[in-house]
Amino acid sequence: MIHKSAAEMAKALTNGETSSVELTQLHLDRIAAVDGDVKAFLHVDTQGALDQARSVDERRKSGEKLSPLAGIPLALKDVLAQKDVPTTAGSKILQGWLPPYDSTVVSKLKDAGIVIMGKTNMDEFAMGSSTENSGYGPTFNPWDLTRTPGGSSGGSAAAVSSFEAPLAIGSDTGGSIRQPAALTGIVGVRPTYGAVSRFGLIAYSSSLDQAGPFGRTVLDTALLHEAMAGHDPKDATSINAPVPAVVHAAKSGDVKGMKIGVIKQLQGEGYQKGVQARFDESLQVLASLGAEIVEVDCPSFEYALAAYYLIAPSECSSNLARFDAMRYGLRVGDKDGASAEAVMSATRDAGFGREVKRRIILGTYALSSGYYDAYYGSAQKIRTLIIEDYAKAFAKADVLVSPTAPTTAYKIGEKVDDPMAMYLGDVATIPVNLAGICGMSLPAGLADEDNLPVGFQIMAPAMQDQRLYQAGAALEAALLTKWGAPILSQAPALKGA
Amino acid sequence: MALPTYDEVIAKWDPVLGLEVHVELNTKSKMFCSCATEFGAAPNTQTCPVCLALPGALPVVNKKAIESTILIGLALNCKIAPYSRFARKNYFYPDMPKNFQISQYDEPICFDGYVDVEIETDEGLKQFRIEVERVHMEEDTGKSLHVGGATGRIHGADYSLLDYNRAGIPLVEIVTKIVPGTGKYAPEVAKAYVAELRDILRGLKVSDVKMEQGSLRCDANVSLKPIGSDVLGTRSETKNVNSLRSVERAIRGEMIRHAELLNEGKKVKQETRHFQEDTGLTRSGRSKEQAEDYRYFPDPDLVPVTPATIWIEELRATLPERPSLRRKRIKEEWNVPDKEMAAMINADVLDIVEATVLLGADPTKARTWWLGEISRIANDQNIAITDLAITPKDVAELVALVASGELTDKLARQVVEGVIAGEGTPSEVVAQRGIKVVNDDGALMAAIEKVCAEQAETAEKVRGGHLPAAGALIGAVMKETKGQADAARVRELLLGHLGQAN
Ligand SMILES: [Zn+2]
Repeated sequence: MIHKSAAEMAKALTNGETSSVELTQLHLDRIAAVDGDVKAFLHVDTQGALDQARSVDERRKSGEKLSPLAGIPLALKDVLAQKDVPTTAGSKILQGWLPPYDSTVVSKLKDAGIVIMGKTNMDEFAMGSSTENSGYGPTFNPWDLTRTPGGSSGGSAAAVSSFEAPLAIGSDTGGSIRQPAALTGIVGVRPTYGAVSRFGLIAYSSSLDQAGPFGRTVLDTALLHEAMAGHDPKDATSINAPVPAVVHAAKSGDVKGMKIGVIKQLQGEGYQKGVQARFDESLQVLASLGAEIVEVDCPSFEYALAAYYLIAPSECSSNLARFDAMRYGLRVGDKDGASAEAVMSATRDAGFGREVKRRIILGTYALSSGYYDAYYGSAQKIRTLIIEDYAKAFAKADVLVSPTAPTTAYKIGEKVDDPMAMYLGDVATIPVNLAGICGMSLPAGLADEDNLPVGFQIMAPAMQDQRLYQAGAALEAALLTKWGAPILSQAPALKGA
Repeated sequence: MALPTYDEVIAKWDPVLGLEVHVELNTKSKMFCSCATEFGAAPNTQTCPVCLALPGALPVVNKKAIESTILIGLALNCKIAPYSRFARKNYFYPDMPKNFQISQYDEPICFDGYVDVEIETDEGLKQFRIEVERVHMEEDTGKSLHVGGATGRIHGADYSLLDYNRAGIPLVEIVTKIVPGTGKYAPEVAKAYVAELRDILRGLKVSDVKMEQGSLRCDANVSLKPIGSDVLGTRSETKNVNSLRSVERAIRGEMIRHAELLNEGKKVKQETRHFQEDTGLTRSGRSKEQAEDYRYFPDPDLVPVTPATIWIEELRATLPERPSLRRKRIKEEWNVPDKEMAAMINADVLDIVEATVLLGADPTKARTWWLGEISRIANDQNIAITDLAITPKDVAELVALVASGELTDKLARQVVEGVIAGEGTPSEVVAQRGIKVVNDDGALMAAIEKVCAEQAETAEKVRGGHLPAAGALIGAVMKETKGQADAARVRELLLGHLGQAN
């Protein structure tokens, strides 16, 4: 049962073949069996999950009409506040914090009857691409436990790809959903900025952050996307418009006559051979399905990484100022009449990890008077140029495509001491965040040289998220026919399973 | 060297002012969340994830606060920006939950306005124009209470308590351009400006404008330059100026302090100073020589403020009468002498008197009650006149009762006491206390005869033509009738009785 898709599980629940309690228990058992090796979860809420599952079962029994994913278990990235459940954002500074409120995403999941099994590991405050920056140790890639699952939503991606959960939620500030989806062989979507409420999403970079869904199929991902998106008056940047018809698009998957733009700047040099090969192959598949492949030029993308590493640290230097030991979380050095300032300093020194400190310092510098125009100001100008590049490209193509990440999953520890090498892994995903548009990563097969998953990225204009699903579903179906079985069936079995 | 006198200061130096006024808006909810804003609630009872800056919480702008700010801008003759943004002002302080304050930086919502004030000068009434540079929105901080230590300041305190009820209350900051050319009148002009602002804001009903509760706070920048010079001197910024009188005192005090330093060839330090209400002096706060770097940048959690022109014009149409024009109109309509007008403004009873007049009371009578008896009681009880349990409606009723002869002025004073003591409306007090004018001549005659018999000697004097002696007899009759008689009628009957009627 746990190897089925969420849509199939939902059908089994509707038919009475299984119950939500049974389904949830199966997944909790799976977590107990394999998570000692994978370490996807920071916190498993066994009791809360079973209570929620029981309540959904009762509602179903009483004949209530339930939403499509009611009773399906899910793994939640620890960046989203869930009332009375430990929420840390992967940081020691929030150890032990129990939020007194639900994030809007969590409220929506609860309303839909989706069972939240626990909180997944992540790079501290979503800063990183491998989960190695978590304050609680890394998560391991189910395909190869010596490798990273990507990040920052690595815990969520690993949970879905190791069948600990059929669905998961991540957040994507520079690629943190799409890149781990690519590295673990699953589907991940970063919705349009403003499509999913950020209320209760612990902020890394407010103008770039966006929560989104993970699933093992395009349809599963669409079902979760629909459940979590929508306008929220508690988020001023939330878009007041109907959710695009993503489920309909995922069901109808069709690229006939669709113009697909290949971004010149996001391929070739710097991309692993096997990654490029799978990408080219997928393009041929799309062409064979009737899509028209065109090449588009986005010259400003060359500066995207630089702009991102000024904007995100600048915003984070301010967003993370609230962690000061005064109202919640860690408090260090509060003794012998120490001043508030001394306690704040000691707490932040002890509570934040290296990468977080690095970005706070970078951002503080970039915003300081005398440097603002040169750094933050210039970065905002690059952002405008990237938006213009996309606008021109979308005038020629309905969707744009690229490999999701330049390489397959790398070894744990391989890039820890070389932040630039780590940052380069996000080169293809970051432009989407800077422009506030939407993107999907779905499996394109395994790289010949290492037999590890490769991600295929699709990008669409703001609030045209349905195009991702329309193209993604078509490619997924064609590849499945070609492979004969889902890609995850090729992953090695985990110990204890 | 002794401190220079004020006259010595202004003989040599020309003051330049700059005033920053913070106004707490009286919106029902805070600037960026739905928490209540009521003053005086138990600590930390008006808070939520947003104003406590819990992880993940986001601000959403209170539209009413924007409306109030635009109204203020319009009333101060400002232009309204079609596009403005909120910025983050970053600095660490325990009473600021996010460790940044949401404010407006280089894009204020209102700019380029002015306020005209009139003050009494040696040459008679003179008008000064104070130019307003900007009006912008921001949020208030929480409050720290430093426990232990001698000064109540953070230094030397044993520990500090934090109350976040005030955190996130909408504030509007009104900043003037530099104000030159006020000469020796600088302190009065500043006071008149703050008073005019207060009246404008009160008229707009956007703030409680209570300086003593901190809903209107003034920071005064003062510098001196030699008379005739174009070069501005170094300024000091005095904070914590919490009454109109203090505005005047603080500026006068700073002018003297600066002049003393400059006369001795010393330099004025650019710094923040705190006004001491008890001494009228300022003490040094933090030095501003090294400007703090607040790392302002546009707040990415908020969207730009883009008020529609049609909305601005709708708001403009609702602007109330300007306070200065209103005062002029009232003075003429009610025919109020200068001194009385000044007294009403000083005692802050203009609104309440006007409300009483609008309920039909004679303006002079209404003014006399509010300015006289009722003000006296308010002073005795040491509370604001508007906080007494007597309303314009009560006073209008009282004036009507006196006019119809149902009450004498003296009885009416008893009724006022009763109303203020919470015994009800004037008619209810009259009924409950059994107060009524004794106008039964028979009863009065009985009392007069009784008094004349008791004080036969005095009565004889009156009968003999010594009229001033009648006062004592009238007093005794009034006492006999428990003050309920009409004194004029008593006098008439008494004099008749003693053969002195004319
Ligand atoms: Zn609040």
